[in-house]
Amino acid sequence: MAERTVIPFGPHHPVLPEPIHLDLVIEDEKVVEAIPQIGFIHRGLEKLVEKRDYKSYVYITERICGICAFGHSLGYSETIEALMEIEVPPRALGLRVVWHELSRVHSHLLWLGLLADAFGFENLFMQCWRLRERVLDIFERTTGGRVILSACNVGGVNHDIADDELKGIVEVLEGMMREYKVLCKTFLKDKSVASRLRGVGILTKEEAEGFGVVGPFARASGIAEDIRMFGYGGYGFLESFEPVVSDECDGYGRCKVRADEVFQSINIIKEIVQKMPSGEVMIKVKGSPAAGSRAVMRFEQPRGECFYYAKGNGTKFLERFRIRTPTFMNVAGMAHTLQGCDLADVPLNILTIDPCISCAER
Amino acid sequence: MGYIITGMALKNLFSKPVTKRYPHEPIVYTERTRGHVYNDMEKCIICSICEKACPAGALGVDKEARTWTIDRFSCVQCGACVRSCPPKAQSLIMKPEYAPVATKMTSEVFTKPEDSLED
Repeated sequence: MAERTVIPFGPHHPVLPEPIHLDLVIEDEKVVEAIPQIGFIHRGLEKLVEKRDYKSYVYITERICGICAFGHSLGYSETIEALMEIEVPPRALGLRVVWHELSRVHSHLLWLGLLADAFGFENLFMQCWRLRERVLDIFERTTGGRVILSACNVGGVNHDIADDELKGIVEVLEGMMREYKVLCKTFLKDKSVASRLRGVGILTKEEAEGFGVVGPFARASGIAEDIRMFGYGGYGFLESFEPVVSDECDGYGRCKVRADEVFQSINIIKEIVQKMPSGEVMIKVKGSPAAGSRAVMRFEQPRGECFYYAKGNGTKFLERFRIRTPTFMNVAGMAHTLQGCDLADVPLNILTIDPCISCAER
Repeated sequence: MGYIITGMALKNLFSKPVTKRYPHEPIVYTERTRGHVYNDMEKCIICSICEKACPAGALGVDKEARTWTIDRFSCVQCGACVRSCPPKAQSLIMKPEYAPVATKMTSEVFTKPEDSLED
């Protein structure tokens, strides 16, 4: 039997945009056990609800994570709206879905690019990010920011998008889809990509259920679970919603689910734009959350299900605010997939869950 | 399959770059791009609503001294102050233009001119 050694992986590593540390117990070239450690960028944002009033706090939730920035502000706003029983204008709900799905497109394209970069396909990486740039341009045109949008607020959205501009967005996305289809072929049919992804980081359906993994990570293991199918907020306008599921259970499956979700998101935007209700986009919010009131919300962020909990205490400050982010759920599953894999596959394996450590640590 | 990427690479050889040649080509900002916060002191009514709306605590309003102060290092350019500015004043704007890099951590203080309209 070979001797076991421990190799520290991270917190700084070329594939990791954010710090996570793993102690890899190695036997020969195989990983026997991976022990994750987080806590390098904990900022105590949940505690800040005691210092910032509920209207200002939406700007802090946006800054929890750069990629799900809109998703977090949407989640927070809808939680507070449920807490204070505010009815949001339907057009605001529709616009929120448009921005939320656009941010999913940009998040998945970013991830696909990072994946291509991780297995050394520089050209593909640049092509993905070139397409992503168009989504960022739409963001800048409609909200004024490329990453931090400051578009969603308690009671609605800050900016309206004119109907002509919405049609323009759909046109841009359709143009993008044609080019994206070509890239998708490379991701899903190319031999060199498949040889790098197939059979890497296997997590079976039973294991995925056991570890409670969420999002594309779970859907790639055959669990048909997507919070959007319950029709929260503006997703109620959709005719039907079917989650993208794959039974591959490996890195290739995760790549496939995310690649297909980009098409799904573009189709959702098209449908919502057609059905976009007219009217105002913001209502004035007065008063504070009542003492003892509680609200719970679940949202599908690009990386999976995100859970929000808020409790009011009668003042303009919240008593408690809690976010359980998708990466927080997925880290345990990730550590399991690392068991038994080659040392060379570790970086790619970590990347396939699309880790977002800023989200997980808040 | 490699032909797809080869085709793309060949196309790129004969097409314009996707990126902008920044210093030579100026950046075109959109109408909504959020930039530096400016206050038109002639119009400002020193109501201090923006100070309360600022989530970063970057703004300071002194009613006695009739000054409006902004800490550029704290400002996160969220636009909350611009949206909170009351309709009768509308003095705050965000200009999407290149601002010189701040080198000192000081606050910028603006005083409301004496001869401007009284609030």
